[in-house]
Amino acid sequence: MHVIQELEREQLRTDRPQIASGDTVRVSVKVVEGNRERIQVFEGTVMRMRGGGLNQSVTVRRVSSGVGVERTFLVHAPRVEKIEVVRHGVARRAQLYFLRDRVGKSATLRERRIAR
Amino acid sequence: MPAGLIGRKLGMTRIFGDDGSVVPVSVIEAAPNTVARLRSLEQDGYVALQLAGGTAKRLTKPVAGQFKHLERNRQHPAAVREVRVDSTDGYEPGQQLDVSLFEAGELVDVTGMSKGKGFAGVIERHNFHRGPKTHGSDHHRAPGSVGAGTTPGRVFKNTRMAGHLGHEQVTVKKLTVVRVDSERNLILVRGAVPGARNGLLLIQKAR
Repeated sequence: MHVIQELEREQLRTDRPQIASGDTVRVSVKVVEGNRERIQVFEGTVMRMRGGGLNQSVTVRRVSSGVGVERTFLVHAPRVEKIEVVRHGVARRAQLYFLRDRVGKSATLRERRIAR
Repeated sequence: MPAGLIGRKLGMTRIFGDDGSVVPVSVIEAAPNTVARLRSLEQDGYVALQLAGGTAKRLTKPVAGQFKHLERNRQHPAAVREVRVDSTDGYEPGQQLDVSLFEAGELVDVTGMSKGKGFAGVIERHNFHRGPKTHGSDHHRAPGSVGAGTTPGRVFKNTRMAGHLGHEQVTVKKLTVVRVDSERNLILVRGAVPGARNGLLLIQKAR
């Protein structure tokens, strides 16, 4: 298994911030349209994190014009240009599926203050 | 037809392609093999290379005797396989073959022993359908009818039934080589290859 772990470690991105469930993140993804490449920004709440190492993925939820949209990104994928943490939220569970049943203010999380 | 290599399956992982796509790969380790013997049309009736790889702890004298002509540290191979070639020109006993035989983008056939599943029922072995679990059913995972009655009065040969599954030689053809790592003796191949981790594999250029 050693060699496989090596291969995976080589592909890890070091420029990724620490993300936790409940955080609000801004994900910049490279999108290929025809032969043109542009960057699309997706901002929302981290609803769940899955996997570890190279296989780690993050599901981000946002409500866009009244419709809930969830997108899952591979954290270490090269197509994901950048991940920024906009805000740390308080989450008392790992998977925030309850957000799906909530609209408006009840779907927001309290901000987590980080002690200096 | 070019030669092949004896290797070992290390497992699977994913690799990101240049265009950012995710490629599932099997990682195969293939330490340099030795060409142990050449098979010729005149002597053997077919043309092939006999490859030897790895180091065995112990060999019986008759087996060990076949590798006496090789270098000292090559005399106890753990695995011996033959690879058919069009011509053995350019090959000689004692020669080393390593992963540089292959290059990224090439197609290869990978042969190995599949995982043994033991005595398997007809659902796992032949993809039969299951009966209802409830509602008074007593036909859960049973095979059902195996044929007509008095005529023919017997069960036809090769009727699919329960029995041993797996642990047989399987070849997966035309797998794309994604990457070759000469430093670590690795071949990364797109998709799955037969067998469990550490299983012996034979990698050949696709025909």
